[in-house]
Amino acid sequence: MKKEEVPQDKGLLNSAQTKELTYAVDENGEYTTELSSGWDPKTIALNNAIQDIEERVAAAKERVKNNQTSPIEYYMELHKMDLPILSSYVGLWQWRVKRHFKPKVFQKLNQTTLQKYADIFDISIEDLKHIP
Amino acid sequence: MQIEFTHKQSAHCENGVVSNLMRHNGFEVSEPMVFGIGSGLLFCYIPFLKVNHAPVVTYRAMPGLIFNKFAKRVGIKIKREKFSNPTSAQERLDENLAKNNPVGLQVGVYNLLYFPDEYRFHFNAHNLVVYGKVNDIYLISDPVMEKVTNLTEKQLEKVRFAKGAFAPKGHIYYPTSFPEKLELKSAIKKGIKETCRQMTAPVPIVGYKGIKTIAKLIRKWPKKKGAKVANHYLGQIVRMQEEIGTGGGGFRYIYAAFLQEASQILENEKLNELSKEMTKIGDDWRDFAVNASRIYKNRSPENDAYNKVADQLDDIANSEAAFFKKLKKAI
Repeated sequence: MKKEEVPQDKGLLNSAQTKELTYAVDENGEYTTELSSGWDPKTIALNNAIQDIEERVAAAKERVKNNQTSPIEYYMELHKMDLPILSSYVGLWQWRVKRHFKPKVFQKLNQTTLQKYADIFDISIEDLKHIP
Repeated sequence: MQIEFTHKQSAHCENGVVSNLMRHNGFEVSEPMVFGIGSGLLFCYIPFLKVNHAPVVTYRAMPGLIFNKFAKRVGIKIKREKFSNPTSAQERLDENLAKNNPVGLQVGVYNLLYFPDEYRFHFNAHNLVVYGKVNDIYLISDPVMEKVTNLTEKQLEKVRFAKGAFAPKGHIYYPTSFPEKLELKSAIKKGIKETCRQMTAPVPIVGYKGIKTIAKLIRKWPKKKGAKVANHYLGQIVRMQEEIGTGGGGFRYIYAAFLQEASQILENEKLNELSKEMTKIGDDWRDFAVNASRIYKNRSPENDAYNKVADQLDDIANSEAAFFKKLKKAI
């Protein structure tokens, strides 16, 4: 890539007021560095991933409303986690976390376990029980 | 306390941390040099690991390996420590800062508050340098940021003890002893040889063969997984290539920059020619990203479009196979 071809598209990094450093070739064929404000293919890929997460969160919310899952799954999706990640944060086996997704099991969870989940999601136990 | 530390932005976090720590200790080593000597360039498909619900391909060596190999090859020593207890992790960090020693940290990205929300995923192999502490605020030189930043004690603890794959466990590292002069020449040769060996390895998930495997999978995804999942997987490949740690295209350019620098140090004109060839391969990776992003932007992929980007990857695999065979002969 030539230095003048380093993409300067509108990227998501603008909000953080930073640019990315890239390596590119100058007019003499020497390698140099140039800042890039963003690149469309990258932004599209990232937006795609974010949209996927949003859909997952919405679907989980729906399932909580229909009493098919507990709010734990909703908050897990909201925090971009999956089962292995959540289970390592809470320090329980994956099958146990999965069990806590069952509304009936969730109802009977003790305060200590609820507090653990609430801490991970940075909310109160009250918020953990009722999703927005 | 604040250590005199020069923050220099880099394209990739681990190279950047190593290069910045080396400069702090009086050795000017560029980011591409660290990457090349540390055999950072790689392609590997990890079939049994999923991140963000999609399969993982990596375009770089495992976290930590670049620094380890670099250190071994140029003759420096590094100290690494991990902790089970956040308090002792913080004490050790503070001790080092008090001794005027900036340290590298491995951290999780999800709670790095100075990153835009969209960039905060559960990825635990990010690297940064802590170079001071004012009251309870740590001064941070994050090599992918243009300027230095900071984090509170609490915020830093969170990222140092992030959980999941590659959990950092409070990992800190720094160089401890240096030779009088860095052995660059032999180190460069060792670094290149290993990269050639990896990229041409007779293993179906590594190197150019790994790229071919991914190309094959891409052809199958639309039928086997449906349009939505196929798009998500393809998007993830592009993200891993271009965004999560400046992958494929970006890494190829860094490697090309390394070959150019190496060509001068070794007085080997052939390496300069190969640098140009690698730049071309980097451009091909970017073309692939452009075409792939078009597919999932439209959200209604045709099988043909998938085959086309898979063809592109096959071509890249062939170019890289030929490239690394030539590179091996050149040194």
